[in-house]
Amino acid sequence: MTDHPMLALEHVGLRIGGARILHDVSLQVAPGEMLGVIGPNGAGKTTLFNVISGVVRPTGGVVLLDGQDVTGEPIHRRATAGLGRTFQTSSLFPALSVLENVRLAAQAHAGHAASVFRTPRRTDAATRAALDALAEVGLADRAEAGAAGLAHGEKRKVEIAMLIAMDPKVVLLDEPMAGVASGDVPAITEVIRGLHRGGRTVLMVEHHMEVVLGLVDRVAVMHHGELLAVDTPEAVMANPTVQSAYLGEAV
Amino acid sequence: MSTLLLLIITGLGLGALYFLVASGLSLIYGLMGVLNFAHGSFLTISAFLGWEVGRRVSDGTWAGLAISAVVGMLVGAVVAAATEYLLIRRLYERHIEQALVTVGLALASVALFEGIWGTDPIYTQKPEWLGQTTEILGAKIPNDRFLLIACAALVLGGIVLFLQRTRYGLIIRAGVENRSMVTALGIDVRRSFTIVFAIGGAAAGLGGVLASVYYGYVSAHLGSVLLIFAFIVTVIGGLGSLTGAAIASVLVAVLQQFANYYLGGTGDLVVVIALAAVLLVRPRGLMGKVA
Repeated sequence: MTDHPMLALEHVGLRIGGARILHDVSLQVAPGEMLGVIGPNGAGKTTLFNVISGVVRPTGGVVLLDGQDVTGEPIHRRATAGLGRTFQTSSLFPALSVLENVRLAAQAHAGHAASVFRTPRRTDAATRAALDALAEVGLADRAEAGAAGLAHGEKRKVEIAMLIAMDPKVVLLDEPMAGVASGDVPAITEVIRGLHRGGRTVLMVEHHMEVVLGLVDRVAVMHHGELLAVDTPEAVMANPTVQSAYLGEAV
Repeated sequence: MSTLLLLIITGLGLGALYFLVASGLSLIYGLMGVLNFAHGSFLTISAFLGWEVGRRVSDGTWAGLAISAVVGMLVGAVVAAATEYLLIRRLYERHIEQALVTVGLALASVALFEGIWGTDPIYTQKPEWLGQTTEILGAKIPNDRFLLIACAALVLGGIVLFLQRTRYGLIIRAGVENRSMVTALGIDVRRSFTIVFAIGGAAAGLGGVLASVYYGYVSAHLGSVLLIFAFIVTVIGGLGSLTGAAIASVLVAVLQQFANYYLGGTGDLVVVIALAAVLLVRPRGLMGKVA
């Protein structure tokens, strides 16, 4: 096993104009850990994910992925280095089929051979990986359906199948339950648990407290761009600063 | 009846030329957001070099024409890929600069071509059959129209197969929809950009050789004229949509032929009016994605 954290942020800050969006965020996530990130709206949770995945470059501090400094790396290179993420809004390609969506992700992981003109067949590695991933989230029978016609919960599952196909070391889930019908929540929770079970490191922003507290090892609480506390769910819930900052406002 | 048929098939032939230019424009814009004003230059250089090689090997024969076509496609692909790699690549997301560079390239290349091949059109030889006509239901159709239509149909089929059946085709289709999401999956889309430029350049190159058959000459301005109509076609069809470009090519060219025949040579004017109408009623074009 590695002795360094799978993901580490060191004094990460982000200023846009005069506004302080993130301030001195330091965080270490161990290999195989599942971390929930909570906080009121505007606390900087999604921005934090954007800094980790490379959408936004921090104005201060360092991001380490599996011991490597990736602070200056572009998005696609972080992704090939083993970082996968989902977005609050659906990240599917509506005009492609379900299988094509997932195969695209598998293709990225398999790397490009020089085979520009090679026809993808049912038997090639990327297609097989895609079909396996779809089976894992329980959508094997929807492979040929168009992505645009899926129900919302199914779209979330396809996004997770894309993550499985990419086989990332670290997964960022940005509100996986957003917009999901309550009947679908248990199934998607199970899919997330499956994603984690393979030894992957998972970070999850989620407002659905039962989901977060039932799944994660630790919770990070953000408020006004700062990290208030990082601890076990029980300890965080008992923390008076957290209660006044977050839970107090939520009620 | 025979006039109608003649106008339609002649329009289809001209539409084939438009499509060969517009297909590349549309794919390039769809994937990269680049309005490539240098696309006409890809066509012109391919027409000249295709003609230079073809006439030396076997002037005015089918073999000569086939060689011209292959040379034209290769030249178009290489010049387009080099343009992307050396110039456009440095200017991603800087749309004004991209437009300036491609416009500048178009102007400079026309001057260069005039310097090499002169300002007058150079008349070309073509296989005898292409200069003859075939009678269909009383209409005497120039045979070169059939060649144009067949080539454009092959190119359309080829590009569709490439997009549907290959791994880069999948990346390009996904990239047209949402480029940043493709990047988030860990795919470096820049390689696809070069491939799309090469495909568009090859189609334009073939278009250049076929344009020299259609007009009967090569000239430094061959590309500029076709580029204007190809842009109109691309906008009417919907930027980024290959099917839209194909449909709009046919609609625009047939409309142009009808207006030229029945409305006293007002074809170009009618096309511009049609463009204005589409922009007013349906700004995203016939098949374009919602912006």
